[in-house]
Amino acid sequence: MLAFLLRRIVIAIPTVILISIFVFGLQKLLPGDPILAMAGEERDPQVIEFLREKYRMNDPVWVQYITWIKGVVTGDLGISLRTNQPVTELIAQKLPVTIQLALMALVFALVIGIPAGILSAVKKGTITDYIANVVALSGLSIPNFWLGIMLILLVAVNWQLLPASGYVPPSDDLWLSIKTMLMPAFVLGTALAATLMRHTRSAMLGVLKSDYVRTARAKGLNERRVILKHAFRNALTPIVTLTALLFGELIAGAVLTEQIFTIPGFGKLVVDAVFNRDYAVVQGIVLITAMGFIVMNILADAAYYVLNPRLRKQ
Amino acid sequence: MTFRKTTLLAALLSATALSAQAADFRFALESDPDVLDPDQSRTFVGRIVYTALCDKLVDITPDLEIVPQLATEWSWNEDGTQLTMKLREGVTFHDGTAFDAEAVAANIERSQTMEESRRKSEVASISGTEVLGSYEIRIDLTQPDATLLAQLADRAGMMVSPTAAAEAGADFGLNPVCSGPFKFEERVAQDKIVLSKFAEYWNADEINFDTVTYLPIPDSTVRLANLQSGDVDAINRLAATDVAQVRNDPSLKVEEAVSLGYQGITFNIGNGERADNPWGQDARLRRALELSLDREAINQVVFEGTAPAGNQAFPPNSPWYNANIPVPARDVEAAKALLAEAGFADGIDLEVQAPNAPVNLQLMQVIQSMAAEAGIRISITSKEFATMLSDQTAGDFTASQVGWSGRVDPDGNIHQFMTTDAGLNDAKFSDPEVDRLLDEARVTTDTAARKESYDAATAILEEAKPIVYLYHETWIWALDAAVEGFVAYPDGMFRFEGVSKSE
Amino acid sequence: MMAQPATPATLKPQVMADPVLQARPENRVWKKFRSHNSAVLGGVLVGFFVLMAVFAPLLPIPDPTATDWGAVRKGPSAAHWLGTDEIGRDVLSRLVWGARASLMAGVISVGIAVVFGVPLGILAGYFGGWTDGIISRCTEALLAVPFLILAIALAAFLGPSLTNAMIAIGLSATPVFVRLTRGQVISVKAEDYVEGAHAIGLSTPKILRRYIFPNILPPVLVQATLTIATAIIAEASLSFLGLGQQPPAPSWGSMLNTAKNFLSQAPWMALWPGIAIFLVVLGFNLLGDGLRDALDPREH
Repeated sequence: MLAFLLRRIVIAIPTVILISIFVFGLQKLLPGDPILAMAGEERDPQVIEFLREKYRMNDPVWVQYITWIKGVVTGDLGISLRTNQPVTELIAQKLPVTIQLALMALVFALVIGIPAGILSAVKKGTITDYIANVVALSGLSIPNFWLGIMLILLVAVNWQLLPASGYVPPSDDLWLSIKTMLMPAFVLGTALAATLMRHTRSAMLGVLKSDYVRTARAKGLNERRVILKHAFRNALTPIVTLTALLFGELIAGAVLTEQIFTIPGFGKLVVDAVFNRDYAVVQGIVLITAMGFIVMNILADAAYYVLNPRLRKQ
Repeated sequence: MTFRKTTLLAALLSATALSAQAADFRFALESDPDVLDPDQSRTFVGRIVYTALCDKLVDITPDLEIVPQLATEWSWNEDGTQLTMKLREGVTFHDGTAFDAEAVAANIERSQTMEESRRKSEVASISGTEVLGSYEIRIDLTQPDATLLAQLADRAGMMVSPTAAAEAGADFGLNPVCSGPFKFEERVAQDKIVLSKFAEYWNADEINFDTVTYLPIPDSTVRLANLQSGDVDAINRLAATDVAQVRNDPSLKVEEAVSLGYQGITFNIGNGERADNPWGQDARLRRALELSLDREAINQVVFEGTAPAGNQAFPPNSPWYNANIPVPARDVEAAKALLAEAGFADGIDLEVQAPNAPVNLQLMQVIQSMAAEAGIRISITSKEFATMLSDQTAGDFTASQVGWSGRVDPDGNIHQFMTTDAGLNDAKFSDPEVDRLLDEARVTTDTAARKESYDAATAILEEAKPIVYLYHETWIWALDAAVEGFVAYPDGMFRFEGVSKSE
Repeated sequence: MMAQPATPATLKPQVMADPVLQARPENRVWKKFRSHNSAVLGGVLVGFFVLMAVFAPLLPIPDPTATDWGAVRKGPSAAHWLGTDEIGRDVLSRLVWGARASLMAGVISVGIAVVFGVPLGILAGYFGGWTDGIISRCTEALLAVPFLILAIALAAFLGPSLTNAMIAIGLSATPVFVRLTRGQVISVKAEDYVEGAHAIGLSTPKILRRYIFPNILPPVLVQATLTIATAIIAEASLSFLGLGQQPPAPSWGSMLNTAKNFLSQAPWMALWPGIAIFLVVLGFNLLGDGLRDALDPREH
């Protein structure tokens, strides 16, 4: 187990280095001078030159990279060109927001996806299965940003049931916080619910065919019990693993949802930063997100390894 | 000052109607401000926050008269090279530092010498300061500067605490300390900026809110939805297309003021190789484009009639507008004739870059469709604002749909764009006579004489047409009907003096 | 966020190759596909939009860029069935012509991903060692950056246009195909008959052509169909952010981008492009699912 984990981590190191180079390079390739972008309406050549020096934009690219990576290693991701705030501080501010959004979306996904998946597997081939499948695929096919603006129009503008946008920290007002996040979490959760439903269905189908379940049935246990207690428990392993993986994707995937609902999280930060050419912010966020993604992957692999005895014997 | 008295009275009356609970005013902005340091900041929305956070030496009235704020009175010497100001007594900064002549001197020095300062050009005419007493200061100029007071009514005149500024240096913006009606509490990027009432504010009686929260909400529909649901008390930049709807809603109201700025199409006249094309070289073509446009129709289709048509750097309602050159009516035949005269009887292509924002693209598509009738085939290249600015400065454009948020003094709308080698002259337009006239208008203190200079310059620019001016934006605010006492200013700022909210 | 039906990173690819598959009669696959009602529905949906895109010029609809100042943001009427947009253009006509941008974006960007991804995957899977190491690490690095963020950054780098959006999406989708192909090649390579072919001295190109290609084709086909769905949404997302199709040419994403400013006065502007995206993406998803079931020997 330890060896397995170690190997995964060692393999991940070059990947992380590649990501850092990649992220850095991409930023440098972006057209539009960040200093000019931040100069905005007033462009004083002297100040622009001073800022270029200050942010070391005149150094060769590789020197800039080394400077940046040195900072990264010591936990300093640089400062935002736009607001002068340290990037680490920005990330610390944004992370809880996106995690809350992701968690709430996950709740939606689990509550819808798992029961639907079980039902569809048990009723395989029936009209229920068929409908569940089409609904799930619909969830995957709806453009989230469109669903978002439609919900804002209906729920917030026409019916005025929920706030149209924004973010309230749960520490300020838990209920309001949940209310504000309800629509975006639903929007983000739909696609995920669909994915989860499909995976639950296939995992359940696999287990239902197994000798183990056949035996349970043969023993004359009632069907409900067989399905929930025996089959579902066994199907749980791949589902849990998948959920861990999806969580990483969720955090990364909040980009447009946050944009539509004006939620000050990770995704909005990075998109705004790309448009404002706020280099340090884009680099910092993408690096952190990518590393989070890799860590989630390793954890999911580890969980899969631990939970799956056959793999262990190999 | 009767205006102030009446608002004060109104404020006192409404203050008694207010409940005892803490009053928060929530104001939705169209974007997140940049760094909150008056000397480093460069966004329009940033200035809106400063209006509550930082007092200036002088302020303006809605009619653009300069009125006292931290300076109570001032006088010029004979030749206009010395400005002596008497300062308000008993004013303190949010950190307790006393406001006095030394503080003003330190602020001017900061604007002039801090490496990161964006205010250098605005206070360039100042050669030094002389503290005459605790509350009296003399500002010495190298030459007369008609624009200086207007500059001191904006960010260059905002007073920051010298103690805090010395301590924080370039990081001042993370925790700004000024002397305005509200002090800085916290900022969460892209989420909110919270200010709280400064109890020792010299004019605290006119301030009726305990806290002010600024919320950046980029989408105008979402901004309005927040107002309708009561989540915010007022929003900035209501979309023109939403005005009618808000007017019909008894729980909301609309306030508007024509802005000081303009929107137009800037041509590349002499900025690098790309200026070497018919559009950059032949003013007749630019004239033809102008004649192909129905500015009033643009105003109606895109702005629902809220954005007055314009053809100069100043709006038609400005005292600086040259009334001898009115907005021309659409004349497609004349436009065709001009094209033919210039050798393009079969029409001509034109590439225009525009920021990829919905309103700009809508505007450009309307223009595209109008110009096509005269034989001008426009292709729109939408760019992100950052890229567009950078291409514009580098001369990598033929024509650019761009605007300016406007300044109180007319100089701010024209000098930087139209004089040779000026910082924002991306067209690289150059005309010695225009240079002379605009420089002269800067150092002339006599208003009538300045007006003559601007009229003469405008007449030359009308012929040369480096910029085809299109329209002047109107600032539109939507407020909860319970909000009272708000006064719309053409500078687009939201001033809290006298504003209150009834239950 | 992206409707990404692909399995997450380390789980096995959802489509398994069957070396015996090619031996089967084609019509059996077809029969299986047809027996799938939902797959047929998918095919019909996709077919409908393809026909719409192809025959757009022949349909009796107004020019999608023709403006009418007198009919700005007018609701559905006899003259304009789906209403008009912010500068008086016919929404139905823009919707029909917009199908071209969406389908092109889907097909071309996936084409780019296949053209780059499949050869790289074969290289990595067939030769292993350092080649595999380098290609796999790069793939993993790219996969760790969220798809849409990558596409946005690339599109911003290339500048807003439909072509650039397609390139950005194509490049962002490439790693998926690299990994899928690599996995397939590795598993096929380990089959006895391929090892046998090696033993009797068959040349590498011949082995690739005779054994590897036919086996990676079905899963790549399925993945491509599903990725077209993702790519169409991605194009719409980029256009929604102003990074895709440029005005005045219509695209569903840019129609939505404009429409969101007129939500309460002109909701029809936002309704139809969204439904169109939904239907065509659903079509490709159903089609991909059907293809997978038809080509996958494990189920049924």
